[in-house]
Amino acid sequence: MSQADLTMHGHATAGAMAEPTFSVPAKKMAMWLFIIADSATFAGCLVAYGFIRNATPNWPRPFHSITNVAAMTLILLTSSLTMLIGVRSAHAGDKANAFRWTMITAVLGVLFAVLHIREWMGMISEGATLFRNPWGTPLFGASFFSVTGLHLLHVTGGVIALIAVGVRYQRGRYNADDLEITGLYWHFVDLVWMFVVPLVYLLNLAH
Amino acid sequence: MATVEAHKNTGMGKDLIVYFCLLALAAIQFFIAYQNISPTQMFERMLCVAVIEAGLALLFFMHLSENRGLRWFVIVFTVAVIFGMQYGWTDSFRLSNGVPWAR
Repeated sequence: MSQADLTMHGHATAGAMAEPTFSVPAKKMAMWLFIIADSATFAGCLVAYGFIRNATPNWPRPFHSITNVAAMTLILLTSSLTMLIGVRSAHAGDKANAFRWTMITAVLGVLFAVLHIREWMGMISEGATLFRNPWGTPLFGASFFSVTGLHLLHVTGGVIALIAVGVRYQRGRYNADDLEITGLYWHFVDLVWMFVVPLVYLLNLAH
Repeated sequence: MATVEAHKNTGMGKDLIVYFCLLALAAIQFFIAYQNISPTQMFERMLCVAVIEAGLALLFFMHLSENRGLRWFVIVFTVAVIFGMQYGWTDSFRLSNGVPWAR
């Protein structure tokens, strides 16, 4: 074995033995970095929304009922729990149960999206759009549809990811860690909703 | 690796407790929405509850409580970025109240 071979072999061994950052596997770390970056995106949107709301006199309060948003919150929180059960089942080696709970999570995500679109359709039928608002400043429509639309986009992406990863896990192409990483993203979507509900819906409730 | 094994072996009990705590906190937010208080007070109270909810979800649903290094990394980075964004608030009040065309 040449000196070069020894050197290369030595580097490869050192690389393989190196401790991962914070003892977290690279794929999981990548998801955490994505979550940090995405939380900055949502924070930016919510701060911009707050800026607009603060600087606009007579901001409308068009929401009369909390039933729909309460149901959406319950569904999203429950989906986080079902995701946890799925990941725990996967780590326990119970593949069928893990797949079942992951798909239940995806169905709850679809239900959330359906309720969200139903609410949007109700507002659109009353005349509110991205550029128009029958209750006053058009900035309300712009900020409401932007913030909730960005969240809905994340939910839709999450549902697609859950189905894709769940099916591949079932077929043996992905493992429990991959399911856990998808679960991290899903919990993040849930976490963002905890800020969207009070700031966008509850503060604009008609009294 | 010990931390990974730890959360794999923990039962569902803790998750259920956290889930019901999150439901209760969400209910508190809805309750605050119907209080007869100023929008500023409402905003402050709701934001406090939302931060507690987010903390619970991060620590227990996303398992940050099991990895101290990662926990600090995530908290310091996220809080620094979010606090950085608050830089614009003073300007928002100046634009809405302080400039000649605001009145």
